[in-house]
Formats: sequence, structure tokens, C-alpha cells
Amino acid sequence: MDVIIENLPAYVDGFLRTLFLSVVSGIIALIFGTLLAAARVSPIAALRGFSMTYVEIVRNTPLTIAFFFAAVVLPRLGVTFQQFEVAAIIALSAYTSAFIAEAVRSGVNSVPVGQAEAARSIGMKFSQVLSLIILPQALRTVIPPMINILIALVKNSSVAGAFYVLELFGYGRQLANANGDAVLWVLVGVAFFYLLITVPLGYVATLVERKVAISR
Amino acid sequence: MEFLTRRKSLLVAASAALALSLSACGGSTSTTSNPPVAEKPSFAADTTMAKLSSAGKIVIGTKFDQPLFGQKGLDGKPVGFDVEMGKLIAGKLGIPADKIEWKETVSANREQFIKNGDVDIIVATYTINDKRKTEVDFAGPYYEAGQALMVNKDNTSITKPEDVKGKNVCSVTGSTPAATIVEKYGAVLVPAATYSACLEPLRNKQVEAITTDNVILAGFVAKEPEAFKLASDQTFTKEPYGIGLKKNDTAFRMWINDQLEAFAKDGSYKKAWEATAGTVIKTAPELPAINRY
Repeated sequence: MDVIIENLPAYVDGFLRTLFLSVVSGIIALIFGTLLAAARVSPIAALRGFSMTYVEIVRNTPLTIAFFFAAVVLPRLGVTFQQFEVAAIIALSAYTSAFIAEAVRSGVNSVPVGQAEAARSIGMKFSQVLSLIILPQALRTVIPPMINILIALVKNSSVAGAFYVLELFGYGRQLANANGDAVLWVLVGVAFFYLLITVPLGYVATLVERKVAISR
Repeated sequence: MEFLTRRKSLLVAASAALALSLSACGGSTSTTSNPPVAEKPSFAADTTMAKLSSAGKIVIGTKFDQPLFGQKGLDGKPVGFDVEMGKLIAGKLGIPADKIEWKETVSANREQFIKNGDVDIIVATYTINDKRKTEVDFAGPYYEAGQALMVNKDNTSITKPEDVKGKNVCSVTGSTPAATIVEKYGAVLVPAATYSACLEPLRNKQVEAITTDNVILAGFVAKEPEAFKLASDQTFTKEPYGIGLKKNDTAFRMWINDQLEAFAKDGSYKKAWEATAGTVIKTAPELPAINRY
């Protein structure tokens, strides 16, 4: 227990970096994932093909490989950055958006096809049908799976600790090395700070769901 | 007819290649040195020296994965500076190099191997410290390693630790070298899980240097001398390497200390260095002052 209290500044620093990685990657993934889902149901074949290929490749690739690509391969190709947080955000948001896209697509599928047909029949363009009729309903239905994906994202961000970013997990390893006699408590501390992000997320999900849920 | 001649010339080429590769093999085995072996050395009865000498063999623990110090090659025999030290000592006991049994010791099992009697001595980049001294005895030090910096071959801006202030430096999370470079020299730490994980960011110029003990870095340089180099031969911390042996075997410890001093005097210490670690760390070390505690 003492080890957690003595190293509180390290924990807080790691916590803030984990939070930063999760929030930024989460926002990017939500936007990009929704765009991918829109592309998947669009009338343009090339967009559908791109979206499907992206989702299938990225969600079936281990996250570690995505990190390796962002942190090691990209710099080899000339895309260098001095902050490894950038690599972590690229890897996390690219990976997570594939899952977001699938969740949104399932929401889109849940909207009765008659609504889209009705919207078309009153002269709406595809973009209007999607943004005014389908997506608002689709997104509401997929709040629970979406939150699951975001919780997974928070936990997945620990992989950044192995790729040169000193976040919660990175600090955990550092503290474990320095306090060989209290590894258990070090890890309890790390788990506590993860829960500090993920448990409220679940709570927010319930709240939002209650607010925006639609009954069909 | 033409086919036959071509076939014949192929045969000639193949046998020439075979001969070449055979001679290459011969070349590599001859680089493992065989230091002079003392003829019938005499020791006071009941000492470890007398026991080992009359048995005619010795078990030496060393690392098998530390390039330039103790690394096991494809021929199954370890090579490196630690190994040369072991051979020199065995030679003084009248034991030729081929009668040495090499046993792999890693950092975690060294004390236990000595206590169990699995090995007679350990020469394995083994830092002398007070905690270990409560379990085992140390002869030496025979070499003083220390923290150093490794940079890209074309880097000329970093030659001393003061040069890394405010720059990205890669090291292993939670290691002593990592703490030193940040707290004492103000570098920005890029943490990695292993030292080899630091190589890619250095290659990609995302970090300016990698820091840890010079002997580990020298191993990386030895593997890729066209890509990396040591920023300088100077080290900025002290890690004295000793020869581990059973606790309270003072006669054996003092005898090894005497031998180390003799190696320094007759030049075999320098020769052993130049053949191994000296290929990367150019400045030949002086034998550190022996700690006769």
C-alpha cells in the first residue's frame, strides 16, 4: 500500500497520459469509424470496397502489430515524430475505428429499410437520408456496444507502454522494477487508476442510453 | 562434349568453394586462443587450487549471450573477454582450455550456482556489490565497466553525457542507467522494454542516443558497426566486474588476485582485451586496483 502512496505523482502522471491517449484516440476513432460505416452503406462501390477492406484488415490484425507499424515502420518510411504519443494515437485510433465502424453498421442495419425508402421518395439525397434519418437512429441504438469498444480502447492503450510511451502501464513496469518486494501493490495501484476511467464510462453509458434510447 | 566440360568446370568450382569454406572454418576455430598452461604447478595441500589442479579440470560459469565478453558461438564454445580471463586462470592451474567445462550463468542464478558448487568460479560481467558479497566472494575487479552512450555512426554532436541535455535518449524502463541519464544529465527518457527495442528509434533518429553499460552497447556496435558507434570510450559510472567464488575461500581468492596482477604485468591481460572487447572499445583498460578485502 505504501508503494502506491509514495509514488502517487508517477501514478497521476501515467493516469493523465493514459486518459489523454484514450480521449484523443476515442474522438478520432468515433469520427473516422462513423465515416467508415457511412462509406460501407453508400451507393458508391469504391467507397464500400475501401471501407470493407480497411475494417477486415485492421480488426483482424493484432493491436501490437498496429503499434509496431506506427512506432517503427512509419518512421522507416519517412514519417518521423519526436513524440511517441503520436504513434500511439495513430495505432489506437486506426484500430478502434474498425470496431466502431462495425458497431455503427449494425445500428444502420437496425433502422427499418422503409424509412430510407420513404426519405428517398420525398426527394432527399443519399447524404441527407444518412445524416438526418438513419445515423441519428443508428447511433442511439449502438450506445452500449460503442461504450464497450471505448472501454476496450482505454485498456488497449496499455500497449503504448511497450512502445516508448510512459503511461500507466509503463509506470507500472518501472515501479515494479524498482520495488521488487511490492509488485502486487504496484499492480493494484495500476488497476485502480484504470478503473477510475472505465467504471465511470460504463456509468455514463447507462445514463446516455436512458436519455436517448428510442423504442421501436 | 561441351556439356561435359561445363560440368567439369562446375565440379572444380564446387570443390574450390568447399575448400574455401573449410579453410574459413579452420580460421574461426583458431581465433579462440589457447593461453600457456603451467607445467605441474604446485600448491599447498588442501587448497582449492591444489584440488582443481590435480583433478585437471574446472567448471567456469559465464554468460552465453553477452557479445564480446561471453558469447556462445555456433561451434559450441563461448568466446569473449570473460572467457579469456577464465582460460588464463585455468592455465595457471595447469588446466588446458579444452578441459574447461563452460556452464551458462545468467544474472539471476549466479550466486546460487556458486553456493551449490555447480561452478568453481564465475566470470560473467559480474558486478561486485555489497549485497552479493554477503553470499559469495569476489576476486578482482578485473575490469571496470560503466554507463556509456551509443549513437548513430554519423553523429558527431554527442561525445559526453552532458551533450544529451534535453534530447531524447532511450533506455530500459526502471533501470539504473535510465535514472542516471535523466536525473544527472537532464535527458528526456524514451522508455523501452529491452535494450534491443531501443535500436529502431535510434536508427530512425527519434532518439539521439541509447544509454546503458558500455559492454552491452559494445555488443550492439560489434553486430552493426556500419550503423552505430559508442559516443566515446569514456564511461560515466563505475561497475567493477569481479570473479565470483565460494564465500570464505580466501586462499583461492588471493591467489586469483595475484594471477590477475601477473596477467597485467606479462601483457596477457592486454592481449585478451585486444582479441575480444578491444575490437569495439578501442582504449585498452588498465587492470583496476585489486580489492583485497
